[in-house]
Amino acid sequence: MEPKIKIRDMNFYYGDNKALKDINMNIYEKKITAFIGPSGCGKSTFLRTLNRMNDFIEDTRVEGKITLDDIDIYSKDIDPVELRRKVGMVFQRPNPFPKTIYENIVYGLRKNGVNDKQILDEVVEDTLKSVALYDEVKDKIHKSALELSGGQQQRLCIARAIAMQPEVILMDEPTSALDPISTMKIEELLLDLKENYTIIIVTHSMQQAARISDETAFFLNGEVIEHGETKVIFSNPRDKRTEDYITGRFG
Amino acid sequence: MDNKELQRIKSRKLKNSVFHGLIFFCTIFGVIVLALLLYDILKKGLPWLTIDFLTNFPSRFPKKSGIFPGLLGSLWIILLTAALAFPVGVGTAIYLEEYAKENRFTEFIKLNIANLAGVPSIIYGMLGLAVFVRALSMGRSVLAASFTMALLILPIIIISSQEAIRSVPSALKQASFALGTTKWQTVTGVILPYALPGILTGTILAISRALGEAAPLIVVGALTYVSFIPKTPLDQFTTLPIQIFNWSSMPKREFQNVAAAGIIILLGILLLANSTAIILRDKYQIKIKD
Ligand SMILES: Nc1ncnc2c1ncn2[C@@H]1O[C@H](COP(=O)(O)OP(=O)(O)OP(=O)(O)O)[C@@H](O)[C@H]1O
Ligand SMILES: [Mg+2]
Repeated sequence: MEPKIKIRDMNFYYGDNKALKDINMNIYEKKITAFIGPSGCGKSTFLRTLNRMNDFIEDTRVEGKITLDDIDIYSKDIDPVELRRKVGMVFQRPNPFPKTIYENIVYGLRKNGVNDKQILDEVVEDTLKSVALYDEVKDKIHKSALELSGGQQQRLCIARAIAMQPEVILMDEPTSALDPISTMKIEELLLDLKENYTIIIVTHSMQQAARISDETAFFLNGEVIEHGETKVIFSNPRDKRTEDYITGRFG
Repeated sequence: MDNKELQRIKSRKLKNSVFHGLIFFCTIFGVIVLALLLYDILKKGLPWLTIDFLTNFPSRFPKKSGIFPGLLGSLWIILLTAALAFPVGVGTAIYLEEYAKENRFTEFIKLNIANLAGVPSIIYGMLGLAVFVRALSMGRSVLAASFTMALLILPIIIISSQEAIRSVPSALKQASFALGTTKWQTVTGVILPYALPGILTGTILAISRALGEAAPLIVVGALTYVSFIPKTPLDQFTTLPIQIFNWSSMPKREFQNVAAAGIIILLGILLLANSTAIILRDKYQIKIKD
């Protein structure tokens, strides 16, 4: 199968600090790819290169090539705004807008000129259902999103991302601020979503990576040490460092 | 615990209560002076505060004197000033905070805006006289006065808007950008709605400052005795503070009371403006901050 995203000889710099070194990776369509690795090894940085959110950080630089459906996303003809419509993102901390639940979900669509109330109503209902939030909030769709619990807010943020119908969803530790039950709900949600989306998730939880992902990449100091099928990585890692990390013996 | 220690604690407590008393006195001092002033003005002015006072023109006779032209002049100028200064000020703040590159030039501009906020208002009056009244030949009109006042309060609006814009959490901006919006869409969709209460509060406070100014308007050429009301922005005008100043310098003693009545009106409007600012701020703060 042809990879959805191809990363070739990629280096990333914050000023003089080389945060990612020589990354080569394929990411496949309609699969969940998990990034694991110790703090500060460059997982978030890598995630942000894929939707060019690093563009907002001053004095950063990318080398090498990243393609989405064989189109170079750093080429001059690519509008990062268009790219981000295709590659959505969910952040570590839930960050709903201080608006109603409804307006949170339709925000991106409205900004893209969709204003037909019927369409928007449908999108709100559909996306809330697909993130399993509909029953919990159906009576307060026009109330402030800030009144929701953290777990509900995070599911709303996922709903907000999928309302744009992206092709890829990037998730940076989406459950790290949540309790086990909300975490479980989001994990179930991700397994549903992978029918339609390519998902990349950063996680500090080995169990989470093992439970939900198809592919796992292990990062260390800005390098990808090992990348492959999750089953293989967790049962039979090739590299000693990977084994040490996933068994918790990392020092 | 020995005696020495007890002694030390005692003296510490004493120092504490002395200091407490001192700062309490400082606070009370301000309140008392304000209360005395208010009492004096209310005593003199309240009996003169009638409907006629609001709708009459000034007159040689204290009993017939009214504040109508001053009131309308002030309203005209405030509305025009706000209409001029608000968009320019907020636009500048958006540019400086969201678009301008961090470099020496931007720093220089920011520094100078802060300096401009400290320039005495009479300087703005002289600038207004030279530029708007003379060079742009607007004459001694409401329009020239409004442009002058707009310049005067622009730095305050810019600075408070910058602060409001800076207080928008970057997580919200990122959320917006990550949904594939342009910078301008993020400004209008997230940044401005979030910052608006702060911007409005700053603007209202700036406007109430303009409302109380007399010096720059005298330089620009406000009249002190007006027997008509301004109908267009090109008409001549007077304002509340100027009218009040005028009355208080009249030889007839009763005009002091008329002036006091005028001050009550001015204070009333200022109070209204300030409480609007506070209400706006509180109302939106609860909604936005968790
Ligand atoms: N905005 C930034 N400016 C400069 N350096 C940065 C910035 N963000 C991250 N870095 C550096 O890049 C390296 C990788 O950081 P990154 O946030 O990608 O790590 P991470 O793997 O996501 O860590 P964590 O698991 O703690 O989230 C770190 O050494 C960090 O100091
Ligand atoms: Mg991270």
